[in-house]
Amino acid sequence: MLKEAASFITYDLFKLGHGSRLADAVAFFIYDTAKIFLLLSVIIFVVSVIRSYFPPERTKKILSHKKEFIGNILAALLGIVTPFCSCSAVPLFIGFVEAGVPLGVTFSFLISSPMVNEVAVVLLWGLFGWKIAAIYMGTGLLVAIFSGFVIGKLRLEKWVEEYVYQIKTGGGQEVFKQAFRERLQYARWNTADILKRVWLFVIIAIGIGGFIHGYVPQDFLTHYAGNGNPFAVPIAVAIGVPLYSNAAGVIPIVYALMEKGLSMGTVLAFMMAVTALSLPEMIILRKVLKPRMLGVFVGIMTVTIIAVGYLFNAIL
Amino acid sequence: MEIKVLGPGCANCRTMEQLAKTAVKELGIDAEIEKVSEIQEIMRYTMSTPGLLINGKLKHSGKPLPGLEKVKELIKAEV
Repeated sequence: MLKEAASFITYDLFKLGHGSRLADAVAFFIYDTAKIFLLLSVIIFVVSVIRSYFPPERTKKILSHKKEFIGNILAALLGIVTPFCSCSAVPLFIGFVEAGVPLGVTFSFLISSPMVNEVAVVLLWGLFGWKIAAIYMGTGLLVAIFSGFVIGKLRLEKWVEEYVYQIKTGGGQEVFKQAFRERLQYARWNTADILKRVWLFVIIAIGIGGFIHGYVPQDFLTHYAGNGNPFAVPIAVAIGVPLYSNAAGVIPIVYALMEKGLSMGTVLAFMMAVTALSLPEMIILRKVLKPRMLGVFVGIMTVTIIAVGYLFNAIL
Repeated sequence: MEIKVLGPGCANCRTMEQLAKTAVKELGIDAEIEKVSEIQEIMRYTMSTPGLLINGKLKHSGKPLPGLEKVKELIKAEV
């Protein structure tokens, strides 16, 4: 139905001739834009409703004193649905540690939350198909589970700033009750809020797919991180680590890199590095972690993401 | 009345502070609004910022932020 509507607008309203390059590009652009925004609205709305049932206090209770491994898996999954704003990372970290959530499990949560979320999954689904979206989500969770598990095994509690262990939380255990009507209201508000923040990036990404298709010249990154280079994945990850963007912001870059012929594994590893690791996040986490601990965290994440990139390139 | 907004200072915390200010003004209540950004102090009450503290009691925490009407209700209940 969307396809028909896109054709109607292109050929009948805009009176663009059938078969011309421009007409095809316009039809593709309209169809893709409508499809992705429809997907985004529906899925963000549904996830927001689910999300309202998992405030950080409840997640903390679920993860408190959980065994490692099982705890890591749960934490990575809860990272998808627990809402928290990036500046809450420090209080959240302290709250988790204080409630007896193992350190590695806390990390699984903090890693999965910005990397695997509904916006990233929907955009990959809409632009590259559900398989790529599923693979990104699956391996994103794997990276979060594995990295958190390794950090837990290394017993690095002593590299967390001492004051974290001295803070006693007073209240904050209660979960404020919400009527179902309020949850729907929140979901609507949240959907509008996210769409407002990502629409431009999405349009740019679709525009790259529709109009620049085939015309993008080769350049630096393709030259150095192209398919022929066995070090393509580490180079892409090294470039992505200091960069900071949310999932939506990185999507146009991801699309452009794909167009330039970088392989899927290299591009997805780049996307994970950008969303999961960033300088601003390190600065925030430095408040609770000693520099050595930060170093270990970045190191383990980088190695895991690179491994995932190679894995993709091998199987896709 | 004493109102405190708990948060390290991101966009959500600023919105919360603005909500509290507007609510107090529209209700015509004499209240002191204070912004608390010290982490130890925040942690005494909540780990999900922004938090809203009215007369020492936690009335809201975390995302989603309450609407203006809801904030007014919370404040009125404590008058």
